[in-house]
Amino acid sequence: MEQLLEQLASGLANGAIYACVALALVMIYVSTDHLNFAQGEMAMFSTYISWQLMNWGLNFWVAFILAVLASFVLGVIIERVILRPLHNAPVLSVVVVFIGLLAICNSMAGAIWSYLIKEFPSPFPKSTFGFAGVIGPHQLGVVVVTLVVLGLLFLFFRYTPLGLAMRAAAQNPQMARLVGVRVDWMLALGWGLAAAIGAVAGIMVAHIVYLDPNMMSGILLYAFAAALVGGIGNPGGAVVGGFIVGVLENMVAYVGNMIEKTTGVYIIGNGEKLTVALIIVIFVLTVKPAGIFGRVVVKRV
Amino acid sequence: MPAFPKKWLWVVLILAFGLPLLGPVFPDVISNYRLFLVSTMIIAAIAVLGLNLLTGFNGQISLGHGAFYAVGAYTAAILMDKLNVPYYATLPAAAVVCFVVGYLFGQPALKLEGHYLALATFALALSVPQILKYKWLEDLTGGVQGIVLNKPEVPFDLPLNEDQWLYYYCLVTMVVLFWAANNMLNSRSGRAMMAIRDHYMAADTMGINTARYKTVTFGISAAYTGIAGALSASAIAFVAPDSFNIFLSIKFLIGLVVGGVGSLVGSVVGGIFYVLVDNSAQAISTYIKNDLGLQFDLSAYTIFGLLLIILMYLMPQGIVGGVYILVRRLRRG
Repeated sequence: MEQLLEQLASGLANGAIYACVALALVMIYVSTDHLNFAQGEMAMFSTYISWQLMNWGLNFWVAFILAVLASFVLGVIIERVILRPLHNAPVLSVVVVFIGLLAICNSMAGAIWSYLIKEFPSPFPKSTFGFAGVIGPHQLGVVVVTLVVLGLLFLFFRYTPLGLAMRAAAQNPQMARLVGVRVDWMLALGWGLAAAIGAVAGIMVAHIVYLDPNMMSGILLYAFAAALVGGIGNPGGAVVGGFIVGVLENMVAYVGNMIEKTTGVYIIGNGEKLTVALIIVIFVLTVKPAGIFGRVVVKRV
Repeated sequence: MPAFPKKWLWVVLILAFGLPLLGPVFPDVISNYRLFLVSTMIIAAIAVLGLNLLTGFNGQISLGHGAFYAVGAYTAAILMDKLNVPYYATLPAAAVVCFVVGYLFGQPALKLEGHYLALATFALALSVPQILKYKWLEDLTGGVQGIVLNKPEVPFDLPLNEDQWLYYYCLVTMVVLFWAANNMLNSRSGRAMMAIRDHYMAADTMGINTARYKTVTFGISAAYTGIAGALSASAIAFVAPDSFNIFLSIKFLIGLVVGGVGSLVGSVVGGIFYVLVDNSAQAISTYIKNDLGLQFDLSAYTIFGLLLIILMYLMPQGIVGGVYILVRRLRRG
């Protein structure tokens, strides 16, 4: 039972990370209909920026904020420079550009900071407390930070004029333009925000998975699974999907572990995490492409 | 897309078959290492052709062809290692296995299009190394360690060395496969494939069985890439799960985009290109580190990534298509 709770808690902590990355993916998807295959590598790059800043002697939280801001700016620049000209390009071109971006981020991080695995500090105190043993301080911190970020985003989109303008630009670009919203800039801002959220996720998860240029590939896959489970056009769904997928991932490993212990037959374990994500992705895409909370889009032909 | 002039094709073929025999005459130009490099280019060209059949000619995006390459390589390796099957017999076996795997993957892929198919295949590419390391397969696949193989031996006491023989082996395979692909594309089935790419609904209305064509194309494409994988297992004489990561699939994509989406000749250009860049990037990287003393690991993927993006703006037709357009423009004056 203890072990089950432990797995559940660690699943929720992972789920918080997946929720963040999934939300970043959904933000870009709703405004441009693109799936950003480079989201994970962008987040990884941001994490390296924060590591570099800390290495230069900055405090964790200062480095965190600076790295998130830098990611925001980079995201805006990427949208304006690289993706803007592809607005009406065929799907293949867009996918190819995203893959190019992925390759550049990955290899540049390796080139600048080397491919050696680095330790990443945790900002949260190591002290033990009430639920010690079930949930570690870092995991709890991750959940709190991501929930705060998600809450801030919700407030931003719900209660500020800029948030409203961004939602309008995503939902109906033509009408938004007619009422004076600068749709182009809203898209760029959306990209910046997505990059910033990704950076938060990267910096939070780096302590758990360690820092290396390939650290986000598995997380990105789970984030895609989360976004699909929640319904790829639905930000709230993406967050819930993130937690569902995070818990599911750990439960699968737990159940596999139990089966091996009781019957001695190995079926599934920690080594098959990506395969589980692959199965979730293909299952949701083929069986229920709208996800749990998504609406089925009917196209007039 | 322009057809490659026939007489030039013969010139290229005669050169390709004849040049290695001049090895003893120009030992510095035609070394064994270079022949091996060209063999890997040929293998790359076949793999890219496989991807091109699916993405270029049928319009289904795949970011996961590394998976089929892996299946082909492992089929060949297991057959050679466990059952002592001769290396040349592994090619048809790999083709059949990959056709089945590709055909089966094509079934759910029928429901997906565009970005979603890219996502599903992207997920496949990411999880390939893990699937290969799966515990139950360990007896067959050798787990993380992989399988060590022997290089193809020269048959019939031919006066060739191992690298020369490997070169001819790959070259003949490639010629046969390209000839078959060319014939298929110029047939009724090929036209149906391209019709589905150009306008799915129109193709459906014209009476083309779109579902069957799409899944069979997926199978054929996987078989081509699988044959390339089987060849590579023989050529490198080693397979290990971590070499079939997402970046392998990205390399095929590079070959596809650089050569030209939907071009047979482009597949060859693309295959040659990515092997060439991969090799020269290592050389440049060592140069930067040792001679310039900079702490900068230039990786081929930086170049690949930049090229992917730049090509999408400047030459969406790939190098072959771009050069063709350029030549036509120059001729017009």
